[in-house]
Amino acid sequence: MLEFAARQSQLEQATSKLTGLLITVAIFAIVVSLAFYLAERTSERIQRSVKYLVFLAPALIFLFIGLIAPAIRTLYLSFRDARGDNFVGLENYIWAFTQPEILQILRNTGIWMLVAPIASTALGLTIAVLTDRMKRPGLAKSLIFMPMAISFVGAGIIWKFVYQFQPNDRVAEIGLLSQIAEWLGFVPTNWILTAPLNTFLLIVVFVWIQTGFAMVILSAAIKAIPEEILEASMLDGASGWKRFGKVTVPMIRGTIIVVLSTITIGALKVFDIIRTMTGGNFKTSVIANEMYNQSFRALNYGTGSALAIILFLGVIPLVAYNVMHLRRERSER
Amino acid sequence: MAKALKRGKVEATKSHLSSPWASFVAILIAVLWTIPTFGLFVTSLRPQTGINSSGWWTVLTKPEFTLENYSRVLFEGRGATPPLSQYFVNTFAIVIPSTIIPITIAIFAAYAIAWFDFKGRNFIFFGIFALQVIPLQMSLIPLLQLFSGGLHIGSVTVIPSFGITGTFIPIWLAHTMFGLPLAIFLLHNFIAQLPRELMEAARVDGADYFKLFRQIVLPLSIPAIASFAIFQFLWVWNDLLVALTFGGGKREIAPLMVRLAEMTGTRGGDWELLTAGAFVSILVPVAVFFALQRYFVRGLLAGSVKG
Repeated sequence: MLEFAARQSQLEQATSKLTGLLITVAIFAIVVSLAFYLAERTSERIQRSVKYLVFLAPALIFLFIGLIAPAIRTLYLSFRDARGDNFVGLENYIWAFTQPEILQILRNTGIWMLVAPIASTALGLTIAVLTDRMKRPGLAKSLIFMPMAISFVGAGIIWKFVYQFQPNDRVAEIGLLSQIAEWLGFVPTNWILTAPLNTFLLIVVFVWIQTGFAMVILSAAIKAIPEEILEASMLDGASGWKRFGKVTVPMIRGTIIVVLSTITIGALKVFDIIRTMTGGNFKTSVIANEMYNQSFRALNYGTGSALAIILFLGVIPLVAYNVMHLRRERSER
Repeated sequence: MAKALKRGKVEATKSHLSSPWASFVAILIAVLWTIPTFGLFVTSLRPQTGINSSGWWTVLTKPEFTLENYSRVLFEGRGATPPLSQYFVNTFAIVIPSTIIPITIAIFAAYAIAWFDFKGRNFIFFGIFALQVIPLQMSLIPLLQLFSGGLHIGSVTVIPSFGITGTFIPIWLAHTMFGLPLAIFLLHNFIAQLPRELMEAARVDGADYFKLFRQIVLPLSIPAIASFAIFQFLWVWNDLLVALTFGGGKREIAPLMVRLAEMTGTRGGDWELLTAGAFVSILVPVAVFFALQRYFVRGLLAGSVKG
């Protein structure tokens, strides 16, 4: 009976949330249609300016309130104390570059930025080349691509289970990695606690997800290489390896760089994997995780903001490169 | 004739290039890639005692399965903690508006940037492109302050706080703001490529910018909208950081990912619940992904390799 009542109340809560959801969506649809309807009925002269109001203004307002103004405020807060009351100069930045724990975090972030993009792109490229030489690559590609749909949290749990370690010798290992180590004659250790190995084990999770992304993009680029060029190189007697190094890679160089920079940005911002698998303990923390801790655990907006700015400075060269790339592409068109 | 000849030649090159070794290695990698997920799935179906006393690979020799883990994690709450099914509902309540709202606003803006003639058009386009990569960490603290306290300059209230903390609204708004740059960029790339003749013919017919949008741009953009919708859906479904920050730690509105991350911390050893819970959270995005893979890939390609 009690259980029945509990289920009943669960059901009620769920229905009320879903009704709220429907009402919200309906209100949004009505507001948008109404604005559109009214604007469409104004005279042509008024429409000349009102069209900006309906089409462009909402997006610009959202972008300003949600991204531009906050970014400026974060910069401002990074020079102020925990509650933002007093100016403290560069203190938060000095803190970030002198505290041993934070230096460890910066080092870890550096490892992520270096290892994760190169590993994902190299693996993705290898698989793209292999599947390009398959008759039916569909299923294999789908399976390698699938982790992209899985959340970092879900992936974190999947891999935490792989890395599970059984300290009691009399009980069988249930983590795959420990078991494989045993089969190969090694003594398994508590993987997740062992620094600096654990940072690389977390990077594996990220690479597992990003390889599919690299593969899909690079695979499309390889397919776009004109058939004639490959034929010509084959007639010249170039072997498979030579063709790969001398024709394929140079032809898709631009795409490789785009993939590398996209994954680097992702690696720089990684948060969920750390949060789920170690909580930032055992010397595995990175900037994004520490930024969250400083801001919302320690409630220090000064240091939190400074870390956000450091993160941003790391992204800038990559953004600049991408903008340049896009500019060039647009002018070629 | 020439075309057929050429195609024959291409096929010949293709078959010459295709190699059984490449296929073998690729399939091997694909299997390796799937094993961790498969292990999670098998474990979620095993009884608790089995999970903790033997590896999941042993089911090959002595299979024993149950659905109990799922019914426990989905429907049995614990004290003040609701069961996972409630979080599942919350995820839906977050995902749907967080997908619909940014797409609507973005398609409007993309159309304006692509087809309205105004000064500063290029500036806005590049500005939005650059915004795409600004880490959302840059926005978290100020946005949270804005949602909870409003905006005041001195003693003047510019934006009141509205008392929306603890509701879904801050999460919807945050996802909308963070999703807009990519949405506008992708949709713009698509809408800008609609044939100029088509647009101009419609203009000559007397269609104004609103009608043009309704009758031509919107119907033709459906594939691009679908591509981005999948992106945003997956991104919001899988998000942890935004929900954690803007959910204010309230269980009533927390989505699946927040609960799962919390469970790995507090109940890290309860693999029967963790694996079943994780699999529940993975199921929907993976189903969406397999059903709409083509749109997803098209969106990815539009986002990174153009022209």
